[in-house]
Amino acid sequence: MIYLTLFFEFFKVGLFALGGGLAALPFLQDLIIKYGWMTAEELLNMIAISESTPGAIGINTATFIGYNTTGIAGGITATLGLAAPSIIIIIIIAHYFQKFNEHPLVESAFSGIRPAVAGLIASAAFELAQGGIFELNKLQLNQNFKDFFDYKSLLLLVFIFIAIRKFKQHPIVYIVFAAVIGIIFKF
Amino acid sequence: MKKILKIFFIFFKIGSFTFGGGYAMLPIIKRELVDNLGWIKEKDIYNYYAIGQSTPGIIAVNTATMTGYSLQGIKGALAATAGFILPSLIIITLIASFFKRFQEINLFQHAFAAVQITVVALILDIVIKMWQKSDKSKVSLFLFLLSFLLLVVFNISPVFVVLGAAGSGILIQYLRGNLQTAYQNYKEETKDSDQL
Repeated sequence: MIYLTLFFEFFKVGLFALGGGLAALPFLQDLIIKYGWMTAEELLNMIAISESTPGAIGINTATFIGYNTTGIAGGITATLGLAAPSIIIIIIIAHYFQKFNEHPLVESAFSGIRPAVAGLIASAAFELAQGGIFELNKLQLNQNFKDFFDYKSLLLLVFIFIAIRKFKQHPIVYIVFAAVIGIIFKF
Repeated sequence: MKKILKIFFIFFKIGSFTFGGGYAMLPIIKRELVDNLGWIKEKDIYNYYAIGQSTPGIIAVNTATMTGYSLQGIKGALAATAGFILPSLIIITLIASFFKRFQEINLFQHAFAAVQITVVALILDIVIKMWQKSDKSKVSLFLFLLSFLLLVVFNISPVFVVLGAAGSGILIQYLRGNLQTAYQNYKEETKDSDQL
């Protein structure tokens, strides 16, 4: 009955992990320890791979853990378990949202939410840049502004940003280009 | 049926190129569904993302389900979610079965480090476009900066930021008197449609 266990354990993670894949990681670590599905080293490798391959981190991790227990069927079961609460909850919300999205209360709520979403997205970019492009910790440690930026990364950021504004290509074009650059220049 | 398949394949594409959290899918969703197909309005994507952020579950899956539902009801929601998840299933299963000793992991990490920087650039571009399309009011700018600071400096959960922003939106429209007029119009409109 490993499949039932996989499905419901991941269903629980999907239900209680508020805030996306990274928020789900502590839950997943508990799970792995509880059932002995992986070693600590395997877990670290798995998170590194899940972060650096396409797709939502939570979904990637679920597929990984499920596959490790019982192969392909396990991977599918764990992933469906994780996604199921999202699908159920969002379909219910979407149903009412379609009905009430013209209601003045909902419209005014979203007039406030939209600038906040810009803030949410900008903060995600900031967290991503912190570590990749600049490191606040390094500045505090060394008090040396020279070490603050990773110049290779900063150069790539400026280059890609200008290209995006100028050429207006599909985002996938820049992503594939960057992946190749990253491998060639060992980012 | 045709539209369902198209939804599935678009989200398959989105799932194949989303590196990082749910925000990383926004530039691709915008390009495919707003710019190329004109199936939804740009502001709707951000509304759906806000809903996806503040409900339980994986944000990217929530956003995919929400967007799919708006395109074609429950079928659309399932098609979008299935399409979004499938690349993960395929790629991770391949990696898990072929890279047993995880030696090739470096290659992924080099690629990912550079892709991350690209995602930062794509997000910056999106934020600039959001500003250009907004009402450019001081209140919007204030709400933007406040939520950015709350998230980055004070590590407040996005859920509370979204809820707080919703409350502020209602309060601001009420103080301006917009809410009351909109409510009157809304009541008359629904009365009209009831009579019809």
